[in-house]
Amino acid sequence: MGNLLKIAMRNLIRNWRRTFLTAGLITVGVVAVLLFTALAGSFKELMIGQFTDSVVGDLEIHAKGYVASIDNLPLTLDMSPRMTERAEAVLKSIPDVVADSPRVKFAAMLSNFAETTGVRVNGIDPQKEDATLPLLRSRIVAGDRNALLKPGQILIPDLLANGMHVKVGSTVVLIATNRDGSVNGQTFVVHGILSGLNGPGGKDSYIDINDARHILRMPNGETNEIVVRLKTIGEVPQVVKQLRTALSQDHTTNGKPLFEVHSWDQLTPFSTVARMIDLLTLFIKVILVSIVLISVLNVMVMAVYERIREIGTIAAIGTQPRRIMGLFLVEGLLLGVFGTLIGVALSLGAIFLLNIHKVTFAFGQQSHIVLAPTIGAWDVVAACVVVIVVASLASVQPAWRAARMDPIAALRHI
Amino acid sequence: MSIIHAQDVTKAYQAGEVTVQALRGVTFDIERGSFISFVGASGSGKTTLLNLIGCLDRPTSGQLTVLGTDVSTLDRRESALFRGQNIGFIFQDFNLLPVLSVYENVEYPLIMVQSWPEHRRRERVMELLGAVGMADQAQKRPDQLSGGQKQRVAVARALAPDTKVVLADEPTANLDSQTAHRVIDLMHQLKAELGVTFAFSTHDPKIMAAAEIIYHLEDGRVTNIERSREVAYG
Repeated sequence: MGNLLKIAMRNLIRNWRRTFLTAGLITVGVVAVLLFTALAGSFKELMIGQFTDSVVGDLEIHAKGYVASIDNLPLTLDMSPRMTERAEAVLKSIPDVVADSPRVKFAAMLSNFAETTGVRVNGIDPQKEDATLPLLRSRIVAGDRNALLKPGQILIPDLLANGMHVKVGSTVVLIATNRDGSVNGQTFVVHGILSGLNGPGGKDSYIDINDARHILRMPNGETNEIVVRLKTIGEVPQVVKQLRTALSQDHTTNGKPLFEVHSWDQLTPFSTVARMIDLLTLFIKVILVSIVLISVLNVMVMAVYERIREIGTIAAIGTQPRRIMGLFLVEGLLLGVFGTLIGVALSLGAIFLLNIHKVTFAFGQQSHIVLAPTIGAWDVVAACVVVIVVASLASVQPAWRAARMDPIAALRHI
Repeated sequence: MSIIHAQDVTKAYQAGEVTVQALRGVTFDIERGSFISFVGASGSGKTTLLNLIGCLDRPTSGQLTVLGTDVSTLDRRESALFRGQNIGFIFQDFNLLPVLSVYENVEYPLIMVQSWPEHRRRERVMELLGAVGMADQAQKRPDQLSGGQKQRVAVARALAPDTKVVLADEPTANLDSQTAHRVIDLMHQLKAELGVTFAFSTHDPKIMAAAEIIYHLEDGRVTNIERSREVAYG
């Protein structure tokens, strides 16, 4: 094998410009894939983090049927205190759950005494919400970031605040219709202005959960949803499955399930963007495979054509066809390995530099989001394996042709 | 003792719609350790005959036995194995591998064909390079050698794996007459030292005279067998 490698290496060096060009093409492809994977992955994680850590959590528990009507924020599909306790007990039994926060969500009218507009409101337990959605406070662009809010205070989204000329410290009134159809109102002091996010929940207002229950006349402590934070987002599918299994034992008197569990990607349209990013990454990978396949195939076809007499010579002196095939396969393999190794080194260098020179970008209404590209070892290994395997596969046809060559015809070739 | 036996060997090629009869019933015996040449005009069948003896091709009919093996029955892999173990080739254009040094070219069949251990390879390669007078050029690449030097390396390569028969197709065609005679002398000397059978084709009368036995070919037939060794080297 060592001699095969030596001969293959020398054959590659013999036509070093072509080898350099082909390996360079592979390198460019590998760099494109790894950099795109790192950047897109970083962007995706950042964006997902924005939603999961400040709006929807990693997963949510509702009364059965709530999510189907979530745009209406129905008060009739709430969870009784017993249901909430039951769900929280199940959550406590799962070690991957870090925190959970019950909410009361409702639609209301917000008035600044001069104008009135519709608003979606989240009644939250500030401490639990803070533990479950640690980035919510970072969305406070005006006001005190040290605490989410206290009873009697409200956080409102910036678009609403700007439109209604409301500032931190202003007094506003929330008016809502409760389950019985009666209308109630309460004044609140604006504690902070939140930067808005695209998607459901991104333009919600926040008040204390007890204030929400007071407006909605929910004296028994009902909730509409429980937001859950896990140790890592990667555990979501497994925990959702666990929760669904555990909570499926709870039924109404009619035998219908009491709860439903949804992961973050089922609750925000950003999951579609995330899937598009994955699709784009796959597309770039397909392009890489094509580059490797075409360039290596081209080089190896040329190599066989140029060395027909040499093939005839080594065949004549007794080299077995499988060895001749091996020789060309090793050349293709080496091309793939060189191109890949250089590509990986350049990609890792570029990722390192991007992390040193913090690159910022704007997304939606958020500016100066720092891009911190990272790439998993598995992604690097997978890219290497794919490129090297494809380079080897691209060499199979030319190598096979070389091995099957008639020595007499090859020796006569001019 | 006969090392190559041909009995009524024919070879026909299909060239488009035309069948070319390259050999038309050739019969001969070549003794072990002899130094023979096939001579004839272009198209007389000498290269075809060398290809058949060298297991690069198979006869259309007749029997061809090399070292006791009926080579017409060997498949592609067996032919390669047989060539690698028994037959050496010397080509008109030298056909050294340009990416390998002189040493590595001679070593090639010992590694890629026969898998000799390194110490034996080194010993064998240096012995042969010494025999052909190229030991001091061992690290040079073929493009740094003259035509005569290249052919001497090719002779060493052909002999490397304990070869029994060396086939040379017009080995001196690309050499000047002085160098050509030196190469033929070298081949003759190695034949005497190693007991290897040498068979070469040529159309150069001066070179053919160096052979012990000359097989004259014409239109795919052996028309005359001449013993001329005494004339040239006696």
